[in-house]
Amino acid sequence: MGLQGFLFVSAILFGIGMFGFLARRNAILMLISIELMLNAVNLSLVAFNAYDYYAPDDTGAIFALLVMAVAAAEATVGLALVIAIIRTRQTPEVDEYSDLKE
Amino acid sequence: MVTLRNIIHSAIAMMVCFGSLAGMYALLGAPIVAAAQVLIYLGAISVLILFAIMLTQAGDANLPSPFHRQAALAALAALVVVGLIGWAVTQTDWGNVTVIIAVGLATLSRALFTDYALPFEILSLLLLAAIIGAIYLARRPEDDERAN
Repeated sequence: MGLQGFLFVSAILFGIGMFGFLARRNAILMLISIELMLNAVNLSLVAFNAYDYYAPDDTGAIFALLVMAVAAAEATVGLALVIAIIRTRQTPEVDEYSDLKE
Repeated sequence: MVTLRNIIHSAIAMMVCFGSLAGMYALLGAPIVAAAQVLIYLGAISVLILFAIMLTQAGDANLPSPFHRQAALAALAALVVVGLIGWAVTQTDWGNVTVIIAVGLATLSRALFTDYALPFEILSLLLLAAIIGAIYLARRPEDDERAN
């Protein structure tokens, strides 16, 4: 498959995540889309690390692990925020959160 | 998976996607990252998201449309980004490197605890802050009154 194949997969995954984040109305699905985009970046990091013949160190893999930990923290806080806002507004649809507009 | 109407189906599709990504990490010679992917994403984040969905879903909220009005614009923006990245990937000369450099557990651990020790420690602090923040945010306000 080669480096380019992995990068294409990563780009497509990022595009799907971006579309989901911008187009969906459900707050939880927006968080899922963010995870998808982070995974896409992780995939490209690991792919670049695997095919970097001239500087064979593990920087890409370490960065992927760090990104995973940050993604876990982000998912925790994001889901807590979403649960709190759903508890007060009784709906997960983000376009119903229009208090500041009115 | 981002077009499915039922959000639980989306979450299960996301788990499938994370699992196949773990397989790709293993293909790329990074079994550590694959194991971390399975543990963190399949084990922790997926369960967290499924929990959040089941806590918040009031019955089956089958709405007329799961998309915003700007869905077409969003699709266009995503396609433009994918096209730009794809164009950059095809236009760049990557050399003819076909050998996959495997990540060794020993070298990775040594690098993580020597060169990257500071980011590692900062990360543990970040996770602590995230835990405290999540507990504070997700707590019901009336629990305070009952505790007092």
